[in-house]
Amino acid sequence: MIELILKFSAFVSIGTTMGILYVLLSESIPFFREVSLIDFLTDTQWTPLFTNKHFGILPLITGTLTVTLIALLVAVPLGIIIAVFLSEYASPKFRRSIKPILEILAAIPTVVYGFFALMTVTPILQTIIPGLSGFNALSAGIVMGIMIIPMVSSLSEDAMYAVPKSLREASYAMGANKFQTAFKVVIPAAFSGIIVSIILAIARAIGETMIVAIAAGQQPRFTMDPTVPIQTLTAYIVQVSLGDIQHGSLEYKTIYAAGIMLFAITFLLNSISFYLRKKYQEKYI
Amino acid sequence: MKEKKEQRTIIQSESINVYYDDKHVLKNVNLDIKEKTVTALIGPSGCGKSTYLRLINRMNDYIPEFHFSGTIVVNGKNIYDDSVEVEELRKDIGMVFQKPNPFPKSIYDNVAYGLKIQGIKNKTVLDEAVESSLKQAALWDEVKDNLKAGGLSLSGGQQQRLCIARALAVQPTILLMDEPTSALDPISSAKIEELIFELKKQYTIIIVTHNMQQATRVSDNTAFFYIGDLIEYGKTDELFMNPIHEQTKKYITGRFG
Repeated sequence: MIELILKFSAFVSIGTTMGILYVLLSESIPFFREVSLIDFLTDTQWTPLFTNKHFGILPLITGTLTVTLIALLVAVPLGIIIAVFLSEYASPKFRRSIKPILEILAAIPTVVYGFFALMTVTPILQTIIPGLSGFNALSAGIVMGIMIIPMVSSLSEDAMYAVPKSLREASYAMGANKFQTAFKVVIPAAFSGIIVSIILAIARAIGETMIVAIAAGQQPRFTMDPTVPIQTLTAYIVQVSLGDIQHGSLEYKTIYAAGIMLFAITFLLNSISFYLRKKYQEKYI
Repeated sequence: MKEKKEQRTIIQSESINVYYDDKHVLKNVNLDIKEKTVTALIGPSGCGKSTYLRLINRMNDYIPEFHFSGTIVVNGKNIYDDSVEVEELRKDIGMVFQKPNPFPKSIYDNVAYGLKIQGIKNKTVLDEAVESSLKQAALWDEVKDNLKAGGLSLSGGQQQRLCIARALAVQPTILLMDEPTSALDPISSAKIEELIFELKKQYTIIIVTHNMQQATRVSDNTAFFYIGDLIEYGKTDELFMNPIHEQTKKYITGRFG
């Protein structure tokens, strides 16, 4: 009986994933009957809601990539520095108390981050960068980076902490100091774990919706310029889902096309992280 | 082990006391070690022999509960003096651990590590140091065609010799070995013992061991520790043939330990 319940629970999550995949495919296949896949992947304009319709996904992808890249530029260096500090320098007591506090960052609702980006970060940035538009990828990216810091730092720190003491001792006994030991021995030994944390952070950044919907604007543009309004895949899906688009119309189906694109990217990233974890797992981690 | 020419004392330890918080782990230990000899530290687990070994390169400094009093003079320098830079001290004292612990790097990078952290980048210097260290550690012939292979791909015995090569690459004068063969099979252990015999021509070696036969085979002098006390210290053959103390006798004849 218990076994049956467990099996059922496992099936629910697999079933849901399959169901989502089925809906995405079944709704986007009709879309690709009307719009050629070549146009979809190469056209540099995304204007399905205008009279002059173009269905090029590239502007949404560049928008997504720009925000993600900025987020990573913030989260990866800071996250790794925090991880090194917690794992190599901080006392065990400090480490135990600071980690949960850091993880609170991940517990803040993303809508709060979105408003923080729009109302606080953008005005500050505008004093530094005069031409900065009110909605822009830069502000959204920076705030998203802050949001995913705990993901990078926490998983990286776990990986670094798992590096055996004997390796550190070997390094110290050679006359290395803490800094050299951290960067030449511990980080390389924990490398697979750090990479996995970064990939998961990328997947999170790509899938993040609220911050970009609020702070990055709603203008699909084929650009990597972080100072102008853009639109990401997720923000587009929100826009259309909330709008009064007629159910079943071609415009309506575009969100499934965008959705399947998003699914493909995050699925790919998860697969890479899974593969790396299997392949590069050093035997002592 | 006949008396050779006058040997210099390289390590002098005077009235050493070590506490881990309230636990008194070394009690007023005095121990002098001569240059280019092999000294075995023996005794049952928890007797303080590893703690003593780790005093010499100050590896106990990382234990928060560690307290030390006394003086240890290595190469004429009081190593617990405030002016001593621990990193500098350790460049002169190599250490080999109980379990082989090569870095997850190539064989070459493992051996070159000590030199690289000293800022040496010259490829010729590094190449020569890697080759000569691996030769001294009797590993060169087995790995010379494969220096880019990972250190962890080697067998346990090879890994331990790699760790010895890594320690030798910075040209220390003293080599500390903390039960270096306890995780190895008998054949690998025998190789390490042969190596110790070769290495003592150039280095002062201090080896912690649980293996009585190993102590008698490789060492010139033996120190027997028991619950923090240095019970007996002398020439290995004398200590094993005619132990002065009853404790020593019991331990080396295997009645406890």
